[in-house]
Amino acid sequence: MVQNIIEVRNLSKSFDISSKEPGLKGTIKHFFRRQTKSLKVIKNISFKIKEGEIIGFLGANGAGKTTILKMLCGLIYPSEGSILVSGSLPFKRKKSFLKNITLIMGQKQQLIWDLPPIESFFLNASIYDLDKFEAKKRIKKLSEMLEIDEELFIPVRKLSLGQRMKSELLAALIHEPNILFLDEPTLGLDINAQRNLRKFLQKYNRETNATICLTSHYMKDITSLCKRVICVHEGSISYDGKLDLLLKKLSPVKEILIVCRSEEDAIKLGNSGFTVKNKIKNEVTIKIENNYFTSSLKTILNNFDIEDLFINEPPIDEVIGKVLIKKDYDI
Amino acid sequence: MLEYRVEIALWAISGIIPFFMLNIWTNNNLNESINISDVLLSRYFLCAFFVRQFSVVWVVFSFEEDSLMGKVSPYLIQPLNPFFRYFAQHLAEQITRFPFALIIAFFFFIFNPESIWIPNLGILLLSIVSTFLSFLIQFLIQSIVACLCFWTEKASSIERLLFIPTLFFSGLLAPVVSFPEYVKSWIYLTPFPYLIDFPANLLSGNETNISGGLSMQILWIFLLFPLFKKIWSEGTKKYTAMGS
Repeated sequence: MVQNIIEVRNLSKSFDISSKEPGLKGTIKHFFRRQTKSLKVIKNISFKIKEGEIIGFLGANGAGKTTILKMLCGLIYPSEGSILVSGSLPFKRKKSFLKNITLIMGQKQQLIWDLPPIESFFLNASIYDLDKFEAKKRIKKLSEMLEIDEELFIPVRKLSLGQRMKSELLAALIHEPNILFLDEPTLGLDINAQRNLRKFLQKYNRETNATICLTSHYMKDITSLCKRVICVHEGSISYDGKLDLLLKKLSPVKEILIVCRSEEDAIKLGNSGFTVKNKIKNEVTIKIENNYFTSSLKTILNNFDIEDLFINEPPIDEVIGKVLIKKDYDI
Repeated sequence: MLEYRVEIALWAISGIIPFFMLNIWTNNNLNESINISDVLLSRYFLCAFFVRQFSVVWVVFSFEEDSLMGKVSPYLIQPLNPFFRYFAQHLAEQITRFPFALIIAFFFFIFNPESIWIPNLGILLLSIVSTFLSFLIQFLIQSIVACLCFWTEKASSIERLLFIPTLFFSGLLAPVVSFPEYVKSWIYLTPFPYLIDFPANLLSGNETNISGGLSMQILWIFLLFPLFKKIWSEGTKKYTAMGS
């Protein structure tokens, strides 16, 4: 039985935020009487993650996804509740725990700017107590997986964003962590670099059974990597479950544009009991519920003379966008 | 650091305050008031330059910038306290600056041949130890101030408050012996005279209490280190990982 590697119970986090009115008057007022309020950004959330899972955290900007990741990796201290990651309390930052995890945050880099990435890799290898032989072996393996070679010897400041991101990943994975926390890992990358990164993460997960917690605003990252998603809305979890179930729930109907051989057939199809959205000459657009999709399609193909058909699914971004503004989803 | 060759030379030159002070002292015959010869005084300021070169610390500025830019976050989840990184950076830069400091000393002796002296090996070794201890004290003081970034975000402003007593009481502008007796008795209770004055006097061969000075340096390290550990552990609980 697969064990839970992350257990979060009734977790909350508050930040003290000070606000200032605009202008000189506001500045003077702020200087003498600073107004600070406590803002609860994470509200009593609980979830469990199994070893080897790839989980996507979804939510609008400021929903609290990154704060959750920061607490899971021990970067920030929780205000209330408990977190257990790989049997450790993350905020204690014990060496054994830190050697097991990694965190990659968008374009925030840990590579030494003026030196080639290879120098940062060897530095990280020493920090994680890897000997030179083992470090070289891992750098070779990971650079092959990430398809970087000459870039290892070029100063970081002269690398492209994609090359830098790959080098960042290599630096963050040199100690072969079991748990990866990735906050917007494909931010700013072009489409090919995004695809390569996703392929790499899938491969890494397959080969090492690492658990991956991921936040991204690129839906392709989520759909191609995560089977399970946790939707965060204003600091609370609005959905925790399978991604395909969520998509079915949010988008229960598919649209099909059917091009009939004759207008007569189109009229017949329009009157056969399907919900017609639109009809122009020999083209009919009908709506079919996901549950009856296959059987309905069979009926249409068997009973009508069809020239062509197109299945229109609403764009995934549009569907997921609905999650980001709703508070609760019962599946 | 070696990536920027000119920067290293400029860094070494930027520490020449002691030479300006030497000029002021000798031109105004101020050394007569403390019964110290021109030669000993010029040796003192040359040694102060060397001690300053190898004990100068800027960790508060590095940490503050990294903290505000969110760069500290990846360091915090590595199994190594980020201050070790800064410590290593300081050591690397000190080693890099060493040849340039020697060149400046070479020119100093060309213009002041009467000041040439060769300290005996024992004194030289003790001076190196003392300079390293001075560096440790300054590194700990600045690290403690740097940790205030977890609360104030602008810890470098607090460091500037410390810069004033450091400048006046460390012996960088004037040997501490030149201060009035009642001021001296207070200064010696602070860590400042053990930052420049004591190691510079030791290296230049001026009269100084070697065991007392070294003991005070070690005592300050023992006092400051647990304070740093405490403030670090409390500060990281306050860390909000801003900018990342």
